[in-house]
Amino acid sequence: MSELKMEKKHFLSGDEAVAYAVKLCKPDVIAAYPITPQTVIVEKISEFVAAKEMDCQYLHVESEHSAMAASMGASLMGSRTFTATSSQGLLYMCEMLHYVSGSRFPIVMVNANRTVAAPWNIYGDHRDSLSQRDSGWIQIYVENAQEALDATIQAYKIAENSCVSLPVMVNLDGFVLTHTYELVDIPNQEMVDEFLPSFTTTNKLDFNNPKSLCFSASPEWQTEFRYQQYEAMEAAKKIINKADEEFGKIFGRYYGGMIEEYRCADADYALVAMGSVAGTTRLVVDKLREEGKKVGLVKLRSYRPFPKEYFQKLGRRVKAVGVIDRDISFGYEGAVYSDVKGALFHPGAQVKTINFIAGLSGRDITKEYLTEMYQKLEAIDKGQNIAEVQFTGLRWT
Amino acid sequence: MAVSIKNLPDQELFYGHKACQGCGGAIVARLALKVLGERTCIVLPASCISSVTTIYPQMSFLVNSLTSSFPATGAVLSGMAAACKAQGLKDVTVLGFAGDGGTIDIGLQALSGAVERGDDFIYICYDNEAYMNTGVQRSGLTPYGAWTTTTPTNNNAVGEKKFKKNLFEIMMAHRIPYCATASVAYPNDLLNKLAKAKEIQGPKVLHVQAPCPTGWGHGPEKTVEIGKLAVRTGLWYLAEYENGQVTINTNPKEFKPVKDYFSKQKRFRHLTEEDFRIIEEHRDTEWKILRNYLGKDE
Amino acid sequence: MKPKVVREYKFPQTKEEMPFGPGSEAGVLIDVNSGWRTLMPIIDYGKCNKCLICWIFCPDGVISKENPQLEIDYDYCKGCGICAYECPKKAIAMVKEGEKVE
Ligand SMILES: Cc1ncc(C[n+]2csc(CCOP(=O)(O)OP(=O)(O)O)c2C)c(N)n1
Ligand code: SF4
Ligand code: SF4
Ligand code: SF4
Ligand SMILES: [Mg+2]
Repeated sequence: MSELKMEKKHFLSGDEAVAYAVKLCKPDVIAAYPITPQTVIVEKISEFVAAKEMDCQYLHVESEHSAMAASMGASLMGSRTFTATSSQGLLYMCEMLHYVSGSRFPIVMVNANRTVAAPWNIYGDHRDSLSQRDSGWIQIYVENAQEALDATIQAYKIAENSCVSLPVMVNLDGFVLTHTYELVDIPNQEMVDEFLPSFTTTNKLDFNNPKSLCFSASPEWQTEFRYQQYEAMEAAKKIINKADEEFGKIFGRYYGGMIEEYRCADADYALVAMGSVAGTTRLVVDKLREEGKKVGLVKLRSYRPFPKEYFQKLGRRVKAVGVIDRDISFGYEGAVYSDVKGALFHPGAQVKTINFIAGLSGRDITKEYLTEMYQKLEAIDKGQNIAEVQFTGLRWT
Repeated sequence: MAVSIKNLPDQELFYGHKACQGCGGAIVARLALKVLGERTCIVLPASCISSVTTIYPQMSFLVNSLTSSFPATGAVLSGMAAACKAQGLKDVTVLGFAGDGGTIDIGLQALSGAVERGDDFIYICYDNEAYMNTGVQRSGLTPYGAWTTTTPTNNNAVGEKKFKKNLFEIMMAHRIPYCATASVAYPNDLLNKLAKAKEIQGPKVLHVQAPCPTGWGHGPEKTVEIGKLAVRTGLWYLAEYENGQVTINTNPKEFKPVKDYFSKQKRFRHLTEEDFRIIEEHRDTEWKILRNYLGKDE
Repeated sequence: MKPKVVREYKFPQTKEEMPFGPGSEAGVLIDVNSGWRTLMPIIDYGKCNKCLICWIFCPDGVISKENPQLEIDYDYCKGCGICAYECPKKAIAMVKEGEKVE
């Protein structure tokens, strides 16, 4: 572990941590457009570039659509790229998100999770990224600034794996993570170079044997190309876990890959959470454990691909599962909940479930709320009737 | 070396495509690649030319190509040019090939950004004066009076009620290193502009009129004739902007009557003498503006 | 250089034979365009002075200037008639497809 000491502790915000990660990954081309709460990332990177600490082409694009389009242009020439966005910006580049994944370009983007207008609001929830669930991007959610940095480095490793070759979106909660300072280890360059080799791909233009990329496919062939995307996503499940293990071996930090369990081994009641709320939930779990409650946390890191197999097993182990959604799919329920529920319930599973809609547009998810959630899980387990979709902290009931 | 028809290579880099008989856009693509050569990467946003060339497994370009999204051409070119720079690729031409709609409407923002950034690419707008790929709807480059499916002419309606936006001047306003207008009917002029664009660093934009037999309603054999008439009637001009200077490549003393141009196309069939008067008046204003740019610094 | 014309194109039969994503080699043609034609351009070499006007304007690039006499690739000529219409020597005749030419 002695070389781990070579990492340096810095007091960084989540956005700054991401910028350091990007610097260490040495992209050739960066194209980005500012939006709160992502802006600090591109400002910090701009400083690195201006100070010649980073050797890359930085494109001041005029929109997020162009940010993703330019990233695609660079990727198809075989260059490593980076971009970052949030909220309205993510929606504005939506067309290109599908273009990039369908064309299998391993672009890495960091999304600072922020709600989507209206009502206008710059604070965090997952409505932006979850609305892009089906865009064909791998989506990773992180809990703190250190994980934001580490997951960004891992993202390149995952995206550029030849079995995957898909774009990766690393999601960190707006303000709570982007603007909050923590002590963060910045890995040294040699270690990152060891983990992340330079970018090579066959999915690029070729001047010896010219190619036609992103061609049109008729209805007779579209299905086969979609199947390839499906398979690549399935393959990504293993690669995400593997990347985390390899990362852990070098840097000494493990995140569990697709899923991290916290005190779940013997739990009766589990809460599923993505992003920063996992941190608070750990504290609540500890407290309730002291009181003898058998509670645990499932931190969902990879939303796409979705760890279906994990939840199928969880459904047999626990009595009740609550899913925290910083989102609502109007006309149904939280999107994460639907997915978790779909995987939990399979023959033999007796588990009960509740969906907690919480933390919308930056509303705090307090320890009290989380305690209440565990209480509700116990209550439904004991047979009490509780509405399936709960709006946490709603001013009226 | 100045290019000429005689010394152009026989080699075709654009072949076997499914564009309509007599397609003007196809002539532009073909000639562009003849001048720009094998080490060109062509970006094709949604448009006629992309949809008649790159449908799996039939691929009509022999150079590297990308079938791209409709609004993003300028930005994709920027990304490619940046990657070339990062990789030290110097002998590659990054070429955007977009329709009028993909340029002047939905693609204008991305193009403006790319030109402003000064990235090294050539952008050709082949102008068939409507959204042809989706079945002849108007665009910001549809001329006054033209019938399209979204500017119908029944009940004595005039068709399109606005004049073409001026891409050439929009690009001049960016102080672009090089921009030009051209026409499929004037190949020597077009070839020389392409050759010039290839040599200049930074963004280059060519706006090329490309008659479309299907959307304009003329025989496929008349594509070149129609193109010539557009220039002779003064409804299309051939000009260049380089080093801050405007050059007019064909500067007719007098114009042919616009009727000669209109009478040969179904899309203008409904026009009246009053329309001709409005159009000629507008034409004269446009030429006055253009000629005013000449010798400004002298 | 002409594109690779694959008359009997073999579509992928297995997963492994599929292209990686929507990308392939450039310049692959699996069928011809001659079926589009109702009129066929025939060059009268006696009249032709090889001014190359037809060659430059052909939207399909099917006229070859490599040899002493121009040659038309009838597999890909669509019969638009631009060549005949623009020829200053009137050296190209458009004849009905299928009609005998002497
Ligand atoms: C974002 C988006 N909006 C609309 C379309 C539909 N669309 C495809 S091509 C096209 C028209 C293209 O017109 P133009 O650029 O003039 O090229 P042309 O087909 O006339 O050659 C339209 C509207 C699209 N592909 N993407
Ligand atoms: S519609 Fe017009 S522009 Fe489109 S392929 Fe046909 S002739 Fe060419
Ligand atoms: S245009 Fe006529 S004269 Fe000129 S090369 Fe063609 S066939 Fe010969
Ligand atoms: S008829 Fe049209 S496609 Fe055929 S050779 Fe003449 S110009 Fe070319
Ligand atoms: Mg058009």
